[in-house]
Amino acid sequence: MSENVLELSNIVKRFPGILANDHVNLTLKKGEVHALLGENGAGKSTLMNIIYGIYKADEGEIYVNGQRANITSPHKAIEYGIGMIQQHFSLVPSFSVAENVALGLKEFHLFPRIDVIKKRLRELSKKFGLDVKPESRIWQLSAGEQQRVEILKLLYMNSQIMILDEPTAILTPQEAEGLFKTIKEMVKYGASVIFISHKLKEVLEISDRITVMRHGKVVDTLLREEADEKILARKMVGRDVVLRVEKSPPKTGDLKLSVKNLYSRSDKGPFAINGLSLEVRKGEILGIAGVAGNGQRELAESIYGLRDYTGEIEIDGTMLKPLDVHSRINHGVAYVPQDRKGVALCGNLPLYYNLFLKIFTSKQGDFNPYLFNPISLKKPAEALVKEYDVATSSLDLSVKYLSGGNMQKIVLARELTLNPELIIAVHPTRGLDVGAMESVYKILIKARENGAAVLLIAGDLEEIFTLSDRVAVLYEGRIVGYSEPDEEHLEEIGLMMAGIKKERVG
Amino acid sequence: MSHDILTSTFAGAIRSGTPLLFATLGEILAERSGILNLGVEGMMLIGAFTGFAVSYTTSNLWLAVVAAMGAAAILASLHAFVSITLKVNQVVSGLALVFLGAGLSGFWGQRFVGIQSVSFVNVKIPLLAEIPFVGNILFNRDPLVYVGYVLAPFIWWYLYKTKYGMNLRAVGEAPGAADARGINVSLTRYIYTIMGGALAGLGGAYLSLAYTSMWVENMTAGRGWIAVVLVIFAIWDPLLAMLGAYLFGGISVLQFGLQVTQTPIPPNIMKMFPYLFTVLVMLFTSSEKMKKRFGAPSALGVPYSREEKT
Ligand SMILES: Nc1ncnc2c1ncn2[C@@H]1O[C@H](COP(=O)(O)OP(=O)(O)OP(=O)(O)O)[C@@H](O)[C@H]1O
Ligand SMILES: [Mg+2]
Repeated sequence: MSENVLELSNIVKRFPGILANDHVNLTLKKGEVHALLGENGAGKSTLMNIIYGIYKADEGEIYVNGQRANITSPHKAIEYGIGMIQQHFSLVPSFSVAENVALGLKEFHLFPRIDVIKKRLRELSKKFGLDVKPESRIWQLSAGEQQRVEILKLLYMNSQIMILDEPTAILTPQEAEGLFKTIKEMVKYGASVIFISHKLKEVLEISDRITVMRHGKVVDTLLREEADEKILARKMVGRDVVLRVEKSPPKTGDLKLSVKNLYSRSDKGPFAINGLSLEVRKGEILGIAGVAGNGQRELAESIYGLRDYTGEIEIDGTMLKPLDVHSRINHGVAYVPQDRKGVALCGNLPLYYNLFLKIFTSKQGDFNPYLFNPISLKKPAEALVKEYDVATSSLDLSVKYLSGGNMQKIVLARELTLNPELIIAVHPTRGLDVGAMESVYKILIKARENGAAVLLIAGDLEEIFTLSDRVAVLYEGRIVGYSEPDEEHLEEIGLMMAGIKKERVG
Repeated sequence: MSHDILTSTFAGAIRSGTPLLFATLGEILAERSGILNLGVEGMMLIGAFTGFAVSYTTSNLWLAVVAAMGAAAILASLHAFVSITLKVNQVVSGLALVFLGAGLSGFWGQRFVGIQSVSFVNVKIPLLAEIPFVGNILFNRDPLVYVGYVLAPFIWWYLYKTKYGMNLRAVGEAPGAADARGINVSLTRYIYTIMGGALAGLGGAYLSLAYTSMWVENMTAGRGWIAVVLVIFAIWDPLLAMLGAYLFGGISVLQFGLQVTQTPIPPNIMKMFPYLFTVLVMLFTSSEKMKKRFGAPSALGVPYSREEKT
């Protein structure tokens, strides 16, 4: 019988209008990986933030190593040996990796010895297979690399209790595998881990016990042996979930989007898109597979007009100018960006505003730009919130207070209700629970059946296989080949993603 | 002849740059922690007045300096309380400080108008002062000038080389991240806002204890605003602040010089130069890439509360 390093007893947390944690009990045993599952808005992040001292519980107690712990701030949590990777990163963008690790360390009195840190970081990087240069500035790093920095921060502090809030949401499958290896190593060295994810496969792979939350309550805690994907999904959403969506053969129509010889630079300066060409027809979903950092973001942003480029982008045979989002919106282009907090939403505006940001500039909807009556938006907003099953206490809530997955639902609701003709979707289900994922799949398929063209950029091959009619592989800013969307071609696609197989036009 | 004008211009640049330097360094500290304090002008005035009053009544110049810093620090702590604890709009609160400082110093200062008091005298630094040309300009000055020489590099060193400086920068860049690493964001902001006020007070004291030996109502004459601008000019870097302060000080001295020699540049145009320079600096640092490296602290002017998401 192993001891409990962490025990939560009857934790209650209320936010205005919502009971985010409702008498939650949870134990973490020494050396175990304990997965936390639950729908978007179930209260997982809230609970973790309470353990780390970011939120204050209204009721309940926390015990660390059997002792009552009064965790009033992250400072205290760190003293108790707790470390956390938050759902949205907390790094100082202008600092180097080493400086971010040095920040707040107790071992230095006046001078942070960056050279010492660099040396230890290199050791840790080697030991745990976390490749990142200590000198790099955070803002120059990809999301996967930033994730590694967060993990290195925990490792450096030698945290005994590690909380990882959706660490794999933004990782490629390969990066996720790397992370799992690291987690297994960490556990070997005596750490205990709470791991949040919406990916049931991962949860079943990595954890020893699994706790499922719903509407702020713990539904059940199971041993991994007792669980499978079906059981977990049912416990999470309260019904059976089918992620294999029915899809009729494509009725492809005219050419909707044509990209020729596209060149575009990344924020760091060099070209991220190198002479890329592709075509998407009405009524089909083209999936773009590729390892993150091969130009996905730049491709999507160029097509939507957010990033400068050279080359030709045509929609419905009309040549579009770079950096002209307006004309794209008028051509019925919907955009689900990868960065929902930064690009897609205005955090301080109420939820119902965010749902309609787009009709302000489009010709769609009967909306008078000179006689704007926000109240009139509430009714349609209510319908959308219902349709997309957004968990919120009110329509007036600032969108920044929503849980990560619910923010994503708001973006999808806004972009997809205008009956778009071309949808550019970048990681559309990132951070969504399985129930929500299922509904996004249905929505995208329905849009396709109604004749929309869909460009789907995703890291998850399974998602691409489920949805796409064709798969294109993106490598170093070019399409290196096409394939059929099924498991049989997995190896072929994998090789192309690694840049091994050369062009095969399809 | 021209040699004399040159020497006196440079010497004047140092003298009129020194109060700007103190105030700018103070504002850099506050802004680095994420607190925008536009009340520099008010804090300088309080400093100038308090310094003069104490030196007049006690004839103790160093005591006067300390009192000036303390008085301005009290004003700054008001701003800190309002913008850190109450999370009120920092621009409004800073502007209120300007009027508060001007009003209080004007009111209490009435009975000191037109009186002379003691002031700091030049102290020659042996050997260094013997260096031809520059020696006399740089090392035959009053002690507060020397404090400025030491303070700017010290603050630079503190910001970039020490743990506390690193914490300070992190709090201004990403308070959430700093908090998650166990750094007390509010406390940090309080400390540096108040320290910033003390330095503004020192800048004010320089005007009434070294630059002149009198108290004149509104004697700062907009220097507090120039300091606010200088922070941007110096891209929040203490060493560049030093350069900028002496440069702007030099420009203000030149105004008089040019008037005397009847050069046809109107002084009003000269007065615009600091702002013009600053706009140029802002143009150079406006690209995304430059901003990440040299821009304003990301959380400048944004109140932080742990349970609120940003
Ligand atoms: N600071 C806050 N103010 C108000 N409401 C909040 C705040 N933080 C969270 N909530 C609400 O509490 C509920 C639980 O949110 P939480 O972030 O814990 O969900 P989650 O389980 O982590 O979901 P996801 O999987 O989408 O990340 C949500 O309804 C959310 O809107
Ligand atoms: Mg969450």
